[in-house]
Amino acid sequence: MDLSFGKQYEDFRGEVRQFVDSHKDKQPGGYDGAPTPKEWQQTLIEHGYTARTIPKEYGGFGAQPDIIESRIITEEFGRVQMNTGLGGQGISMLTPMLLERGTEAQQQEFIPPTIRGDISWCQGYSEPGSGSDLASLSTKAELDGDEWVINGQKIWTSSAHIADWIFCLVRTEPDAQKHQGISFLLFKMDTPGIEVRPLVDMTMKANFNEVFFTDVRVPKDQIVGKRGEGWLVANSILGFERGSLAPPDAAQARLNALINLMKSETMNGQPLMANTQFRERLMKIQGRIMAMNYNDMRLLSARLNEGQDAKLAGMIVKLQGTELRHELEGLAIDIMGEIGLSFDDNPYVRGDGSWQRHYMYYLGLIIGGGTNKIQRNIISERGLGMPKEPKVEAK
Amino acid sequence: MEFGLSEEQVLLQDSVNRFLSDQVPLDEVRKIASGEKSDTGIWQGLTEQGIPGLLIPEAQGGVGLGYLDTAIVAECLGHHVTPSPFLSTAVIAPVALLAAGGQEDLLAGIAAGNSRVGIAFGEALGARADAGVSVSDGKINGKSIFVMDGNADHYLIADSNQHLYLVSANADGLERGNLTTIDATRSTCQLIYNDVTAAPISNDANVFIQALDIGRVMQAADTLGAAQCMLDQSVTYAMQRKQFNRVIASFQAVKHMCADMAANIEPCRSFVWYAGFALDDIPDDRRLVSCQVKAHLQDVGKFVSKVATEVHGGMGFTDLVGLHYWFKRIGANRQLLGSPEMLREEAARIQDLAA
Repeated sequence: MDLSFGKQYEDFRGEVRQFVDSHKDKQPGGYDGAPTPKEWQQTLIEHGYTARTIPKEYGGFGAQPDIIESRIITEEFGRVQMNTGLGGQGISMLTPMLLERGTEAQQQEFIPPTIRGDISWCQGYSEPGSGSDLASLSTKAELDGDEWVINGQKIWTSSAHIADWIFCLVRTEPDAQKHQGISFLLFKMDTPGIEVRPLVDMTMKANFNEVFFTDVRVPKDQIVGKRGEGWLVANSILGFERGSLAPPDAAQARLNALINLMKSETMNGQPLMANTQFRERLMKIQGRIMAMNYNDMRLLSARLNEGQDAKLAGMIVKLQGTELRHELEGLAIDIMGEIGLSFDDNPYVRGDGSWQRHYMYYLGLIIGGGTNKIQRNIISERGLGMPKEPKVEAK
Repeated sequence: MEFGLSEEQVLLQDSVNRFLSDQVPLDEVRKIASGEKSDTGIWQGLTEQGIPGLLIPEAQGGVGLGYLDTAIVAECLGHHVTPSPFLSTAVIAPVALLAAGGQEDLLAGIAAGNSRVGIAFGEALGARADAGVSVSDGKINGKSIFVMDGNADHYLIADSNQHLYLVSANADGLERGNLTTIDATRSTCQLIYNDVTAAPISNDANVFIQALDIGRVMQAADTLGAAQCMLDQSVTYAMQRKQFNRVIASFQAVKHMCADMAANIEPCRSFVWYAGFALDDIPDDRRLVSCQVKAHLQDVGKFVSKVATEVHGGMGFTDLVGLHYWFKRIGANRQLLGSPEMLREEAARIQDLAA
């Protein structure tokens, strides 16, 4: 056991901390002379605090991948809730995938403007008929001369209403087995034949969209990987997404906010923290968060040290992390009682309505990103070696 | 940065597990639980492995290992539901005696496997059923109940001020009676004192609290081992048992029960490792982590012991399979040295969140 990162990394932490402290008042915000999000992004890239490992020739900082450096940057930015630059699925998912699987021309064309924020992306995977069984997707693309012609529908498409481009899974080989019949296409969202309809969810916001394709024509070379390789490409990215849905440090930050709420909020003039039942539930959640934090340390360690087995410890993060957050946000509502019902413009709303919003949003995440029931299948089959359910023959 | 067991720790784990697999199979546990045999043979075997002296410095006859090492051993003992006075004699007593100073002979005796020290702490945590002890002029009176180890030769007793005293098991005026509990793998007794001569060990409540904290971490490790074994047995059983022409491990309902157990147990392993490491190296974390690790492990243990029994169906409910030894071991760990609710209230106080 050794939880220190060593002197070299403590020096690096010092550098990051110096940047963070000297730029706290220079982040994007609603004040005179504030940088735009794109300008801020450029500042972060220049210092290597975002797009850190993207090669210089593609507009990145060009550092060697280093898990501890990334962790230190996350920790130091998180400490003061510093703006971490542009996010979105183009930067977090498509860019690493293009670096792995894209052609040189695709890397040059798409990575620089993506990380600068000049083009934004949405992800076209899920369909109305293909949720947990994603590989059964039926949006089809047929080659007609030099163009793919796309017809079908996607759903749960975040940011489709503002995205410039989409990376999209389509069926190109209808006669192949379902996993081998899928290809990975990139195309512009203003291509004729695309219709985006906002999908209002239980938080009463349109966090997602439905996207309809009618004879959408896309140049033939806008495919990543070969025909029929789309599933391989997409699967590496989904693995990436699952781990990042419920990071334990975010749960710790929410626990601290909940502790403050319980100290400041009162009932009959007494702080809610004075209520033994509320306190009991708070401490119970704290114990669970501690367990997940140490599980996370183990995962970090397994990435750094060859031969450490943490396979199962990694598989359970999405399941446990999302359930934990849902419960934590729900506890805040419970302790507030009727105040906890406040929503939107209600003058009694606490934490800008974040407790109710997250409570519902995390129920969405329990379902999304591979439902937690599917996670249990994965844990039991790949983690514990239990057999798959017998398949029902397709008709 | 390395969060995990060292090569030496893995070797220690392997060798203790091998010894327990060979020497303490379930049949042996049954004999001891039914009173047909005593646990002295096992303790002698564990003494040959150096287990009683794990925490005692080499200069005092022990092995001088750390708390994480000790937690690894505790996990192994829980995994095999090993009947032994490990928690009392090898953990709580040495920690308290070393912190208080003195009692060199007794420590050497513990390390050599010649002395067993029972622990009577319950009344200092929350006296129940009118039990309680008072000490004046070196004489102890009153009653301790649910004392760990009915076969000890000495007892370490805490009064309501959390001061510690040592009495000999054959002291004049001491009346010892075994108490049957659900957990027959470890013996429990009560002690009634009539002017029993007591050697003062510590007037510093911190000594008591330190021994208690470390005991709680080791108890959490015991529960981790027991829970993991219940999951392992569940998966093995589900892979063999057939119904409707399929092994029941292929039914999603059964798979999800096992997945939930694994999802709850896996972070506990890191929690126990961290707790052991914190006892060794991060003293500021000791109090909170000890309370929370035991509280959390007892919740997970309770969940796993129920669900694992369910996976076994009717057989899980029988004595034939013997799964109940693990169920009861976890159940006993839950109540001794502080129930989860008590521990969480203590955790809140430590963080200045409770009045």
